Amino acid sequence: MAETIAFYLFSGLAIIASALVIGQRNPMYSVLLLVASFGAMAGLFIQLDAPFVAVALMIVYAGAIMVLFLFVVMLLNAPQEDALPYDHTHPFRHPVMMRFGALLAVLLVVQLTYALLRARDLRVPVAGRSDASVVSSVSELGRVLFQRHVFAFEATSILILVAMVGAVVLARKESGPQ
Amino acid sequence: MDLTLLIELLIIGFTFFMLINASAVLVLAERKIMGFMQQRYGPYLVGPHGALQPLADILKLLFKEELRPKGADKWLFTLAPILSVTAAFAAFSTVPWGAETTFFGLLDQPVKLGVTDVNVGIMVIFAITSMGVYGIVLAGWSSNSKYSLFGGLRAAAQMISYELSYATALAAVIMLAGSLSLREVVDAQSGYWLGFIPKWYIFLQPVGFIIYVIAGVAETNRAPFDFPEAEQELVAGYNTEYSSVRFALFPQAEYINMATMSAVATDLYLGGWHTPLIPDWLGWLGFLGKVGIILFTYIWTRWTLPRYRYDQLMHFGWKFLLPASVINLIVSAAIFLYFNG
Amino acid sequence: MIPLSYYLIVSAILFALGTCGVFLRRNVITILLSIEIMLNAVNLTFVAFGRYAADVNGQIIVFFVMTVAAAEAAVGLALVIALFRHRESLNPDAFTSLKW
Repeated sequence: MAETIAFYLFSGLAIIASALVIGQRNPMYSVLLLVASFGAMAGLFIQLDAPFVAVALMIVYAGAIMVLFLFVVMLLNAPQEDALPYDHTHPFRHPVMMRFGALLAVLLVVQLTYALLRARDLRVPVAGRSDASVVSSVSELGRVLFQRHVFAFEATSILILVAMVGAVVLARKESGPQ
Repeated sequence: MDLTLLIELLIIGFTFFMLINASAVLVLAERKIMGFMQQRYGPYLVGPHGALQPLADILKLLFKEELRPKGADKWLFTLAPILSVTAAFAAFSTVPWGAETTFFGLLDQPVKLGVTDVNVGIMVIFAITSMGVYGIVLAGWSSNSKYSLFGGLRAAAQMISYELSYATALAAVIMLAGSLSLREVVDAQSGYWLGFIPKWYIFLQPVGFIIYVIAGVAETNRAPFDFPEAEQELVAGYNTEYSSVRFALFPQAEYINMATMSAVATDLYLGGWHTPLIPDWLGWLGFLGKVGIILFTYIWTRWTLPRYRYDQLMHFGWKFLLPASVINLIVSAAIFLYFNG
Repeated sequence: MIPLSYYLIVSAILFALGTCGVFLRRNVITILLSIEIMLNAVNLTFVAFGRYAADVNGQIIVFFVMTVAAAEAAVGLALVIALFRHRESLNPDAFTSLKW
């Protein structure tokens, strides 16, 4: 009972926060609403017996990436929406391509919901097959990560190094004549 | 209602109550210790030897006028101190402060002294402390004033930089203890070597302890690292435009962050409630004593050392503290592997 | 007991919201945020299936997705800063000079 309430609460919060993210004019509010959405997702992950991933989500996404977004929004101090003709019109009056793309997205979700509600194989309880101890143990996660996926782990560390160097180079001001 | 549930709720209420009192006591302690170090009495008039000074401070702040600058963002200006103080209180949730106890046979099963215990406890503290950055950044930005913005950005950059050394020093202790739950880290420190030296991790990780305390001081924007709220340089940094209750929440959040850092340092390095010569059921008093010693060290460093300049601060954090904590982790891992096969 | 399909429906709705954000918004930072929403929705799908199959690999994939999202957000924001320096605008329609 409490589990169902928690599920509806967290998923409702995540969906409403994400809908507001794409609906807000002010990018500062969008970033903060996305942080709220991540918090709700962390709650959903905890319900799925993945506490480590939930906390890692908060630390990495909400604690680092969103702070980076916040810094960029504050430093650029961008006008709320730019003064091109598109922005003062309601989304439903946007040019055809944009509306079509958004319509396709809505169609996708309607189709997926219909399929998922009809599929009998997927209507099983998510915690049904086994108990949580295999999935929620951090040491098991570490063992699999560092024994079977060690190459991918090292590759992501090189990826982060490349991204770091790239970001520094891209955002650097052009130096004057030397 | 089930007695165990009632007692657990009482323990949560007691922890919250003690945290609020901690911020009040720290206000007084800071001013008295500062006074004695500067060869004067601190607050002296309110109550016996100034003991009721925090009460006078709070009443003064409550009766001030609530100001909001005209250009300030309406929602974010109020949200920022709320975020700060919520993160500060919530971070204490997985910190255990006492052994399991049945209250002398009152309960059938022992109940743990602490708000809760999760199997990823240390990371929860770390995650919620990262949320505290938002309070400061939003305070700086939403005040629509240049001093506040500079203070806020600098504070956020500083907190993020020192989080790395903080986490790496933590990782070495977690490796020794074998668990992410703070209660298990403390329980791994029970017992004695040679009969009288307690098995605290500060003896196994002295460098790690120093790195952790320095990073903790920088995380809470205190002592030699308090450039973002430097009174001499930036007016008051990110809380320049705040007054009355919204202002009162910022120092409260700072003191509670200090208390949380000290409590976590005690749990990780100083054995938590395992103290020689103190029985287990009084362990929480030993915990309180150790936290008090670390808090005294915080206040002591603040009023002894001069302030770092901002670029010196960042240089220290990235080019000295982070390599030191990584080397600490590698050396600890090598020694641990050697002794444990 | 919450059925697996409920988690997948939540994930689908979040993914669709992210996609709509990418199509409908004309602010580069909001587009990047919508991409993060999409990645997050995929994370939820992986963890839900991982829990259902009692397999820890679901969470491991989430690790790698988070890492890649962090790297991509950093580079994307650096690009945004570099672009803003040239045109003083965050609207992607302001950068169409390479179009035919």
